[in-house]
Amino acid sequence: MKVIIRNPRRRELEIEGSRRVDALLRELDLNPEQVLVVRDDDLLTRDVMVRSGDTVEIVTAISGGAGTGRGSAG
Amino acid sequence: MRCTKCKGTASIELRRHHSAFCKPHYLEFFDRQVERAIRRHKMFAPGDRILVGVSGGKDSLTLWDFLLRHEYDCTGLHIHLGIGDYSGNSHQRTVAFAEERGASLITVDLAQAYGMGVPELSDALRRVPCSGCGLSKRYILNKEAFDRGFDVVAMGHNLDDEAATLMGNVLHWEVGSLARQQPALPSTRDTLIKRVKPLYTMTEREVAANAILRGIDYVEEECPNSVGARSIVYKNALDDIEAKSPGTKHGFVSTFLDRIRPVMETSQEDFDLRECTICGQATTGEVCAFCRMWQQAREKAALRTEK
Repeated sequence: MKVIIRNPRRRELEIEGSRRVDALLRELDLNPEQVLVVRDDDLLTRDVMVRSGDTVEIVTAISGGAGTGRGSAG
Repeated sequence: MRCTKCKGTASIELRRHHSAFCKPHYLEFFDRQVERAIRRHKMFAPGDRILVGVSGGKDSLTLWDFLLRHEYDCTGLHIHLGIGDYSGNSHQRTVAFAEERGASLITVDLAQAYGMGVPELSDALRRVPCSGCGLSKRYILNKEAFDRGFDVVAMGHNLDDEAATLMGNVLHWEVGSLARQQPALPSTRDTLIKRVKPLYTMTEREVAANAILRGIDYVEEECPNSVGARSIVYKNALDDIEAKSPGTKHGFVSTFLDRIRPVMETSQEDFDLRECTICGQATTGEVCAFCRMWQQAREKAALRTEK
């Protein structure tokens, strides 16, 4: 299957065989709390099987840097 | 996995809520949670004029989309930071979003309005870009809201942002910042506009799921200056705990807000706020931090040009 990691830096991987989404994320060392797995515009839960021939995209949700969060009177 | 509500195929599992939802029920759940946060903290009411800080990322566009769908009187404010392609793409997505929905958008170009973009500002001050960037965004949002007569400034901060900020404030015992960390920061004087964070109960992943399922075209690319940012270090640490103990981030923030912050607030001395002698915005000193920073940056940049 083709796995596209969309961000923060786009990369594409070719992975052999079928496995559950949670196993795929473990293999890629990705924290399930920080990513969403997309196939054909649908989000996949961790128990879904992804198979050879599938194209799966992984979107990282985490972002950071200069927020505007800290209260400040200036 | 099955949707907790309809038993259809689930699109997303929310371990911290012991639930899973299909697309329609997830979108319904998301809106309900945001509405609840707005009501609970009396963030704004129909008829209030809301200025939304919009970067072009998933959080701010999700918030703006929510406010527009619920027919709030809202206008987007985008600050063009001048950070290469990242700022160009962010501006482009923001403009496209506004045009598609016929929404009002104000853009402030930092370089045009103040003489330097974030990279030049950071060079002049010899400081990491994020400090000047954050201060500029806070200041400009408040100032534009005040100048243009808005009632409230809304920002897209999510639960992960709040948990990471809280962690940083606790690790460094930033007592003043802790006392001010709240989802609705009231206006304490004319020039300080009320500031609210309607998405503060939703995790970053939940906001991204909402954006994807609603087809919101947001900028996925990260600001190049955020690589190694402390906020990301804190988020990673918190998510390692969350993966093993779902609900930790929510408990950390909500318990702080319900039990700890009220105590800290009363322990804080009243700030002696006055008007900045340069711009008139509220400050604890003679000149506000924003004007001080820009003054220094211009002086240092001028000195370097002379050399």
